[in-house]
Amino acid sequence: MPEKTIFEKSVEGRRGQSFPIEQLGDFSPEQALPKACLREMPLDLPEVSENELMRHYTRLSQESYGVDNGFYPLGSCTMKYNPKINEDVARFPGFSQVHPMQEVQSAQGALTVLYELEQMLCEISGMAAISLQPVAGAQGEMVGMMMARAYHESQGHARQVVVIPDSAHGTNPASAHLAGYTIKTVHSNAEGLIDLDDLAKIVDRDTAALMLTNPNTLGLFETQIEAIAEIVHAAGALLYFDGANLNALLGLTRPGDMGFDIVHFNIHKTFSTPHGGGGPGAGPVGIGANLLPFLPSPVIKKDQDGFSFDHDLPQSIGRVHGFYGNFGILLRAYTYIRRLGAAGLAAISRNTIINANYLKKRLEEDYNIPMSGPCMHEFILSALAFRKKGIHAWDIAKRLIDYGFYPPTVNFPLIIEEALMIEAPESEARETLDAFAEAMKQIRHEIDAEPEKLKSAPCSGPAGRMNEVQAARQLDVKYE
Amino acid sequence: MIPKDLLYHKEHEWIRVEDGRVIVGISDFAQEALGDIVYLEIPEIGKSLKQGDEITEIESTKTTSMLYAPVSGKIVAVNRDLEEKPELINEDTYGGGWILTIEVDQASELDHLMEWGDYERFLENEKQD
Repeated sequence: MPEKTIFEKSVEGRRGQSFPIEQLGDFSPEQALPKACLREMPLDLPEVSENELMRHYTRLSQESYGVDNGFYPLGSCTMKYNPKINEDVARFPGFSQVHPMQEVQSAQGALTVLYELEQMLCEISGMAAISLQPVAGAQGEMVGMMMARAYHESQGHARQVVVIPDSAHGTNPASAHLAGYTIKTVHSNAEGLIDLDDLAKIVDRDTAALMLTNPNTLGLFETQIEAIAEIVHAAGALLYFDGANLNALLGLTRPGDMGFDIVHFNIHKTFSTPHGGGGPGAGPVGIGANLLPFLPSPVIKKDQDGFSFDHDLPQSIGRVHGFYGNFGILLRAYTYIRRLGAAGLAAISRNTIINANYLKKRLEEDYNIPMSGPCMHEFILSALAFRKKGIHAWDIAKRLIDYGFYPPTVNFPLIIEEALMIEAPESEARETLDAFAEAMKQIRHEIDAEPEKLKSAPCSGPAGRMNEVQAARQLDVKYE
Repeated sequence: MIPKDLLYHKEHEWIRVEDGRVIVGISDFAQEALGDIVYLEIPEIGKSLKQGDEITEIESTKTTSMLYAPVSGKIVAVNRDLEEKPELINEDTYGGGWILTIEVDQASELDHLMEWGDYERFLENEKQD
């Protein structure tokens, strides 16, 4: 039975706290406030006691599933464990009580963290400079595209087109479009990599950039990256690195060395900060030396007086977020990197690659794997063969909930029909991967023997199968 | 039942020609591939299009997909029923699921579209890819 909403639990007159209203004396809001600030209708707040309130939200939190509950193979999202030391450090009073409006002389510790994090990200990516301002991967993409525009305009030729592979994340065309570009699609070849002939045909003097995810969304390393960079640069265009899959490359290779000009990082993926819940994120952007003048303003500078913000950047694309991004999140990433060190980061990537290949091997007997060679940190299954039985990728995903796992990404990338995209972060033990593989084997058996079990899944949990179609067609997120 | 008297565009639109105008929808293959359609922004009447232009996006629970202009011309009618009932495209794509009507600029562009037999072969090739 689903938990009722807090409004349904409301009982008129019930209170969590009693305020000493008598102390207000003859205070009257009508006299104290201008009329425009007064409510016309009483505020409709739910009326519950404190313990009812606590129990309600505790139960809701227990109905949720996160990386602290179990394996979360959501492909492309890198749902790795978030070490609790990150939280400890973020709560140090010297960090948690620093205020963005205080004088920079009194916030040198916080600025040291930001400056050093920029240096670390430069080293990890092979880029010349970083801006920590963007607060999400998609914002990082847009900032990257705006810098590309500023760069081309400074060269006297504002280009119009951004080229994006057919396997790309949907944010890529969205970001390029918001930055004013027209999108052209480059196709993948039979191996799941960029079709070089197609690329060479599409890229021309009007191409501003190629946005590329490497490893790509099929979990494959673009082995011809140097040839790709050559085609792009020969036309005077820029090469953009979507950092969604950077977790596979840490300490092994660097986008800067592959020829990328602009890079964004997904701090919540690669560097173990919390995902989702609408909470704060961070999507720093890195650039090569050719784009230095266009960095968002301000940048952190270091001189004999310590750290300060430099606003004197005439060619900058401008400020892209209040203050200097989401400090608390960047601090967690700093903690993560410092704790692991260079060798630890390389071990992260090796382990996620091993985990994904192990899981892929364990599943290949039971499921069709369109790209059969070795993968990087994730791989794709296709459930297309089960369509004639009425089973879709999402039925398998929903059934996994009954086995205690979070579902993988489904129906993405778009170039594989009925795709299930499975990522196996480094923090998962072999026993966990085995348990997941066993669940997938059981489900494969059920597809033949009891397909209705999949179609009605999940049968555990508070709510059963949600009607996603109705929810999307008749969106209603308001109580009453 | 798939009507055999329509023309088809490579982006999986069907085209019904009626004296200087064409009615456009998406093919049965396209609606099947998209799955349950949940939203589309109704195009603007009066807008001029060039063949291959993006018209609007069709959103399903799986993905979003672009609708492209199969011919150049001006939008003269749109199916407003789809605002409330986008599922008409899933249920009756060749009838109640029509999307818009275009007044054709150059009738010669129609020659570049496929007849049913060609489209059927085109689909077979797509499936093999």
